[in-house]
Amino acid sequence: MRNFAAFIVGSMFGAGLLISGMTDTLKVQGWLDLFGDWDPTLAFVMGGAIIPMAIAWRFTQGRIPALGGQFPAQPDPSIGRKLVVGSVMFGAGWGLVGLCPGPAIASISFGGIGGVIFLVAMLAGMVIAPPIREKLDQI
Amino acid sequence: MNQDWLMGLIGGGLIGTAAAIFLLINGKVMGASGLTGGLVDRSGIDTWQERAAWLAGLIIFPAILTVIYGIKPTNITTNIPLIVIAGLLVGVGTRLANGCTSGHGVCGISRLSLRGIAATIFYIGAGGVTMIIFKHVLGII
Repeated sequence: MRNFAAFIVGSMFGAGLLISGMTDTLKVQGWLDLFGDWDPTLAFVMGGAIIPMAIAWRFTQGRIPALGGQFPAQPDPSIGRKLVVGSVMFGAGWGLVGLCPGPAIASISFGGIGGVIFLVAMLAGMVIAPPIREKLDQI
Repeated sequence: MNQDWLMGLIGGGLIGTAAAIFLLINGKVMGASGLTGGLVDRSGIDTWQERAAWLAGLIIFPAILTVIYGIKPTNITTNIPLIVIAGLLVGVGTRLANGCTSGHGVCGISRLSLRGIAATIFYIGAGGVTMIIFKHVLGII
């Protein structure tokens, strides 16, 4: 049941990314390009996604997930250097090509060789991240 | 309303509804980098089936949609070294920050998480600066 729900959720996420135009790298770069031909579409996508999710978070109070377990705890609010360094690195890569992890995976069947190379590089980055995380913890 | 904005709002609503279902049914945050990263670095191996099922849906359903409705071009650059560098940055960065656009952006901001809001400001800011430098100054992208 958990896996079936996850499959449906993944499918909906993929469809949403496709419909919203977020698999189009030019639309994403257009949003980041404040001094070019600015494209505000991403703000509508974010807004459209945050509304149902905000309602869902409210609904979690005093309840447990339908399939049991616990809802994720409120994360530690501290903003450490890993969050800052990681987000800046992510943002730079996002700007250079216009893909973030969700769309990179969703477009793998039709994104051509460039999309495949991006996904492989991204997965490689995820593999080498843990030792870098430890280094940052030691500084 | 501009057609692209409307499609953005509809697609965004679908993304948020997917994340809401994952939270309310499975009790998990739907973050693309976390769900994927936990598989590749094996930190989330205990829940590999749930992660793999989510990935399968994320890959297969868009593939089916493009077969039915035609391919939506991704317009990705042909500059291979740039793609490799960007991919590595996105992979390492999202794992260090513990989240990307879906985890920090959609799921974090919607619960008013300070970390989610801060991360989103930093990655959008860095993306904006990257566009200024690499597009307008250097003309590489």
